[in-house]
Amino acid sequence: MRRGAVERAQRAGDGAPAALASDPPEGQAAEGARLCAASLLGRSAAATDRSVPAAKGWAANENRADLRDSAQDHRVVVAGVALIADVAGALYWPERRLLAVADLHLEKGSSFAARGSLLPPYDTADTLARLARLIEAYAPRRVVALGDSFHDGRGAARLGAEDRATLAALQRGREWIWIAGNHDPEPLSGVGGECVGELEIGPITFRHRAEPDHAEGEISGHWHPVAVVALRGRGLRRRCFVSDSRRLVMPAFGAYAGGLNVRHRAFAALFGSAFTAHVIGDTRLHVIPAALCAPDWGC
Amino acid sequence: MTAADQVEIADVGLPAPFRRWFAQRGWTPRAHQLELLAKARAGRSVLLIAPTGAGKTLAGFLPTLVELSQTRAAADLSALAGRGWRAAPGAAGAGRRASDGSGSGGPPPGSPLRGLPSSLRRRGEGRGLHTLYISPLKALAVDIARNLERPVAEMGLPVRLETRTGDTPASKRQRQRRHPPDILLTTPEQLALLLASADAPYLFGTLRRVILDELHALVTSKRGDLLSLGLARLFRLAPELTAVGLSATVADPDALCRFLVPQPARGVRCADLVVAEGGAKPLVTMLDTAEPLPWASHSARHALPEIYELIRRHRTSLVFVNTRSQAEMLFQELWRINDDGLAIALHHGSLDVAQRRKVEDAMAAGRLRAVVCTSSLDLGVDWGDIDLVIHVGAPKGSSRLLQRIGRANHRLEEPSRGVLVPANRFEVLECHAAIEAIAENAQDTPPARAGALDVLAQHVLGCACGAPFLADELYAEVRTAAPYAQLARADFDAVLDFVATGGYALRSYERFAKIRQNKDGRWRVANPRVAQTYRLNVGTIVEADMLKVRLVRSRHRTGGYVGPLGRGGRLLGEIEEYFIETLTPGDTFVFAGEVLRYEALVENEVYVSRTAATDPKVPSYEGGKFPLSTYLAARVRALLADRSRWSALPEPVREWLDMQCWRSLTPPAGDLLVETFPRAARHYLICYPFEGRLAHQTLGMLLTRRLERARLRPHGFVANEYALAVWGAGDLQAAIARGELSLDALFDQDMLGDDLDAWLQESALMKRTFRSCAIIAGLIPRRFPGEEKSRRQLTVSTDLVYDVLRRHQPDHVLLRAAAAEAATGLLDIRRLGDMLSRIRGRIVHKALERVSPLAVPVLLEIGREPVYGEAADAFLAEAAEELVKEAMG
Repeated sequence: MRRGAVERAQRAGDGAPAALASDPPEGQAAEGARLCAASLLGRSAAATDRSVPAAKGWAANENRADLRDSAQDHRVVVAGVALIADVAGALYWPERRLLAVADLHLEKGSSFAARGSLLPPYDTADTLARLARLIEAYAPRRVVALGDSFHDGRGAARLGAEDRATLAALQRGREWIWIAGNHDPEPLSGVGGECVGELEIGPITFRHRAEPDHAEGEISGHWHPVAVVALRGRGLRRRCFVSDSRRLVMPAFGAYAGGLNVRHRAFAALFGSAFTAHVIGDTRLHVIPAALCAPDWGC
Repeated sequence: MTAADQVEIADVGLPAPFRRWFAQRGWTPRAHQLELLAKARAGRSVLLIAPTGAGKTLAGFLPTLVELSQTRAAADLSALAGRGWRAAPGAAGAGRRASDGSGSGGPPPGSPLRGLPSSLRRRGEGRGLHTLYISPLKALAVDIARNLERPVAEMGLPVRLETRTGDTPASKRQRQRRHPPDILLTTPEQLALLLASADAPYLFGTLRRVILDELHALVTSKRGDLLSLGLARLFRLAPELTAVGLSATVADPDALCRFLVPQPARGVRCADLVVAEGGAKPLVTMLDTAEPLPWASHSARHALPEIYELIRRHRTSLVFVNTRSQAEMLFQELWRINDDGLAIALHHGSLDVAQRRKVEDAMAAGRLRAVVCTSSLDLGVDWGDIDLVIHVGAPKGSSRLLQRIGRANHRLEEPSRGVLVPANRFEVLECHAAIEAIAENAQDTPPARAGALDVLAQHVLGCACGAPFLADELYAEVRTAAPYAQLARADFDAVLDFVATGGYALRSYERFAKIRQNKDGRWRVANPRVAQTYRLNVGTIVEADMLKVRLVRSRHRTGGYVGPLGRGGRLLGEIEEYFIETLTPGDTFVFAGEVLRYEALVENEVYVSRTAATDPKVPSYEGGKFPLSTYLAARVRALLADRSRWSALPEPVREWLDMQCWRSLTPPAGDLLVETFPRAARHYLICYPFEGRLAHQTLGMLLTRRLERARLRPHGFVANEYALAVWGAGDLQAAIARGELSLDALFDQDMLGDDLDAWLQESALMKRTFRSCAIIAGLIPRRFPGEEKSRRQLTVSTDLVYDVLRRHQPDHVLLRAAAAEAATGLLDIRRLGDMLSRIRGRIVHKALERVSPLAVPVLLEIGREPVYGEAADAFLAEAAEELVKEAMG
């Protein structure tokens, strides 16, 4: 594991420790993972008690409010800034009350439909509903969508009346920033918010696609990272955050957004060989060194 | 039937040239061949059930050849001198009438030109397509055509026969539409394509007969559904059509008979049934091995020298195994001891097509001593002089085994010889049960299936591509197909709605509709691109995603692939993508008969290199696994329950069962034995349902879910064909003793309610099922016009679509189609349900201090078979822990 950019706050029976900016020794990182596993073995029944939905991981976290500000928070440090990586696939910056999501790919279903694949037209509503739950839980002052918010240039125009109203309601009372992506490079119209190329706040820069030369403090999307974890002949493929101490790539948030294996050379180009995947489980995130994730193709 | 009788029938039934031809070859027409001729004259559809080697194919074609020769005899002979042997239209009509007249009780005569469709009269061309032959295998269609050309040439019959497969060049296809041959040999997919064209009425209007070969194999799958819908359409286009089904022996011939004729709106209708006399009973024995019998192996390694000896003592042997990995392993091991250098070849579905054809040709030419093969050789023409079938591993079902053993010997009078080689103790029981079943000629082919809705969706779009249709008419037509006879109007309408605009409650896709209604209410395709996409995606075979395996030079580096490898190596075949997903570069596995090292995955290709390793690290990949048939399972349970019958079993097996009786018990046939015991700080629960691996896996998922809820902390489970083992941290035995855990409640049928539903949300198998339904139904085309995109390049994952659709419209027609398929497919839920109701109140619990003899085989599977059961979080946490330990330690 690389220099301790990541600290897992969750310990069995622990309270809610503050984010650690200091570097724990390597042995401690391993110890942390072990403790997690130990706590999990006794966890499953408890999770049922709290009626955390057992299914579907990132897509189904009904009771965010219950879990907020608890030991469940998964903290990630980028350029010295403590952030919360949410199991729904979003990033929260408590200091600034800022919520970031990447690659919403709204209206991807209708984009395919126009080309002959009549995919279920529920993806936009689904994505917005999950976003709504996050906004309710964190009550952010500012929401940043890290680009590819719409699947194509005409996506914003295709947005249905109901989804449009949902979006407007989410935007009410807070700042909303659309960062341009490669799927939606032009400024969006008719969907509220402010359109920017990138956004700099203190030591952090939000942009759609990571730039190899601007690592320090960069938070981006675009690559839709997923990790394949294999053990005893069984594999699991899940979305994940990818980070080292300097930069972070977010998982895609959109319902129909696919994924790229973290072992793909694109990630090596950004991070070198040592970086961490924060793999999204059913109810929490798991820290797995990327080198230990299984590759699939093209690597 | 005596020979004299046969001659008499021959005299009545066969025209002179045919009698002469038979006589010249020293043959006598078989009774069933003549019977089919009589049925044809009577205008009856018929199912012929005949064993291998009974002249089934000739029986199917004989009526057609006779009719065509008589048509020709009546035709204007001068035409022969001109452009080949094409008839003038009037003559063709007369000829047809003549053959009608000779039949007993044929179709009622109408006008003199009744037999000639108006399209033909109008076009004034040849007599049109007479007979359509449909085979499940493209290669089989080609071989049958070749075999048929011989009698045609030898009798000088004026018959033009052609094949049409995916390999047929476009120019020939075009010509076939304009000038159809007399006989066309093709596949279900090609039939669907031909029906989806505007000239289908012209092409098929003259059709008199459709021959469906290997019908028993076709009807068990979605291809059978597609074929049934095509057949329904043919019956409408060609009013004088009759169908001939050719089949191996099946459990329920009536189901096949219904398949062959249009079903009435009420009641059922059946084709006539002709059963050929069985030949000599097969001689099937179990290998009486001198070696100790393994507990849990699947390889039959212990019996290798004995298998080799059998091959040596016979002319040509077929060695059947159940999975491709077993085929690979056995092939390799045989060559290792092949001191005589016998020509032993390998044949399975993952090998390159060209390589497979080469093996088949060598086999036909008698150049091989043995072929190690999988179900890839279950069907196909009969070759050469196979005098022995060796079946390694579990037979799984008696009908399948009987068909495989029937591959030996082509002379009906001689018995086929088969030797069963069980790979472990349970398989001894299964082999024993199978031999008894074969002696009784008991069949266990699966029951008739209800037509799948995703296939119907594909067909509906195909119909619209052909010509605009009225919903009422198409619904009536579809219901004449036996698998769809019970189709509800609401389901049909849902499918129609799906084809048009996706069938979503949120009606937002009207502007993207694929089919639209004309003013007269007929449905038509919205634009030509829709029809083009349909044509590129026709068919119901959704293979697991396969990756090409290419041999490259190894770079002998550790740490996997780090740069380009030498390209352009030899292509070895194809392998399932999900198998490769479990490998890391450097892993070794067996494929195409050698141990290979996995180097890298580059685009669609798996790069592998040769390796000196003799012991592959990754032992197996799935492929071609059939579950144990319900019928055979019941027989095995009965055998196990009846001590008096054990004397027929080999000594080690008897000892093993005696030991089981002493330590635990052997359950009465209808009961379910559940054993619990502690072992190495874990607590185990083993049950023995004998319902096959798939049903056991589903059961395992559901049991662990329930145990987790009961806070018994299950860690995982493993299943084989006979048993299921669950283990965990919680003391199951103590919980049962204290009355905290009730086995009756644990195994209650209600697990098929909410628990199943919850599990289906995340089941990878369910998602795989949904994916195949989505592809067949056309939701996600595999190919678009002008682009040859592979699945990986599609930018939407069906798993994600499944999640979203389930959350927002759980009753969507595609989800219903997937659920219906899961019931009998990868999850085998129906069988699990039957089992749970069978064992209600009949659970026998045995609390043990240690593992029982019967439990040993399934426990030995741990490490060989994937272990399932952890929730994602537990799994990820454990993986993180293991990996970190590995990296740090």
